[in-house]
Amino acid sequence: MTFASPTEFAKDKIAALQEYSLLCARSVYSLFTSPIYWGDIFTQMDSIGFGSLPIVVLTGFFTGCVLALQSATSLQEFGAVSMTGRLVSLSMVKELGPVLTGLMVSGRNASGMASELGSMKVTEQIDAMRALGVDPVRKLVAPRIVATVFMLFFLTIVSDAVGMAGGALVSVALLGLNLSSYFHASYLALVYVDVVQGLTKPLFFGFIISTVGCYFGMSTKGGTQGVGRATTQAVVVSSVVLIVVDFLISRTMIGIFGR
Amino acid sequence: MSALAPAVDTDTKPTGPVLELKDVTITFDRARVLDGVSFTLAAGETRVLLGPAGGGKSVLLKIINGLLRPDEGSIKVFGEEITTMSERQMYQMRRRVGMVFQESALFDSMNVEDNVAYRLNEEHMPLDESHKLVEEALQFVEMSQAIAKFPSELSGGMRRRVSIARAIITKPDLILYDSPTGGLDPITSTTIVELVVKQRDISHTTALMITHRLQDAFTLATHRFDGVANEMKLIPDSGVDENTKFLILNEGKIVFDGSTLDLTHSDDPWIRSYLS
Repeated sequence: MTFASPTEFAKDKIAALQEYSLLCARSVYSLFTSPIYWGDIFTQMDSIGFGSLPIVVLTGFFTGCVLALQSATSLQEFGAVSMTGRLVSLSMVKELGPVLTGLMVSGRNASGMASELGSMKVTEQIDAMRALGVDPVRKLVAPRIVATVFMLFFLTIVSDAVGMAGGALVSVALLGLNLSSYFHASYLALVYVDVVQGLTKPLFFGFIISTVGCYFGMSTKGGTQGVGRATTQAVVVSSVVLIVVDFLISRTMIGIFGR
Repeated sequence: MSALAPAVDTDTKPTGPVLELKDVTITFDRARVLDGVSFTLAAGETRVLLGPAGGGKSVLLKIINGLLRPDEGSIKVFGEEITTMSERQMYQMRRRVGMVFQESALFDSMNVEDNVAYRLNEEHMPLDESHKLVEEALQFVEMSQAIAKFPSELSGGMRRRVSIARAIITKPDLILYDSPTGGLDPITSTTIVELVVKQRDISHTTALMITHRLQDAFTLATHRFDGVANEMKLIPDSGVDENTKFLILNEGKIVFDGSTLDLTHSDDPWIRSYLS
């Protein structure tokens, strides 16, 4: 195994960042100039949005269940089990809903994008597309970005809703709480700013997931082994960046809105 | 093939060389893959690009089609400098160029008809019109029966033929063949070479073809397509096609550029050893 010199390593990383930035810029630019591939956008919306619905619903629902179960144990010590709804709704809407949905969609779709585009790259289909006069960024990348950003927003709402429903089920069935008081507490806990914070995040997450997935796909090298490597890198990088960006958005939002 | 759609207005067809390269150089990871490559390709000419594997032949073809940008040098396609073109301008230039890729590069999620009609569909040609052109192009490559099949259902040779149909459907002014016979058995290779000869002698399209098989290169130079018999025939009296010329690339440099006779009579020891 050979080790690259620190200079070469740094140069490679900076070049990769430059390529990624250029890909993002070209994709965004192509959304404002013709032709826009609406058909591909709707196909991707179906694949990314509707296709991810089962895992998002299941993850959101059981996260809500576990959250209610775990928080009730701690709240019981303070005689505040009735606040379970408040805790579940705040956690789901501000943090867990967007992040878990983002991670699920990242695992399913960033890998899908990287492997699909990576396979096209190594079999020269991307070059063939360019040779046939079609811009692959416009045709393949931009629709995936639009579809992911748009659908992740709604998937997060679904996740928040089923998470709170899961919390309600556990609270009523296992903790003996009243359903209407659970939802009343949940409703009172949330203010406009919390919802804004929770729904701003998926817009950034969707952009990160799609651009990272497409970047690794479009820069795949080295045959089928390279496709596997690109797929893994896409999931790892998009997940890590997503969590880092989550922290940055949370900090910024708290700084702006004070909660 | 007469009904195949022309890619461009015939008024804009070039009068000078279709392709002109001057001192083209490209480096990958500090390795100079092309080193000062210069040559011209006249209209109606077929140039066979030979050379050992890893010599930069495929890179050269991609540079000519603007899929890669050279580090140095000038490339004029249809008289226009492409090294300074934006990607958008390049798409316009590529409308006049057909390319057959080494491994066919068919879109595996589309059937043969959609693959062949890809460019026409992108140009929003009415479906019945594009279907007619697809049928003609597939008839030319004798693949009409596979119109509804997917690339995974086709053999290697069939995929190459579909790839040729996709490249010629818009009647391009220049066709680039990247090892169209690579990895195929000798019989299938001859079928593909026959298609190249047919395209050369019927449509008189300017072409640049990479091949690793000397046999294919010489078949191209020594045969002519007989439209009446619908088959390729040997040119009588050991004749050669005057419009078919050769280019040999070795380690990124052009070591030979000339006619079939120049090649067979070359005294260069490396060329003699390569040909043997």
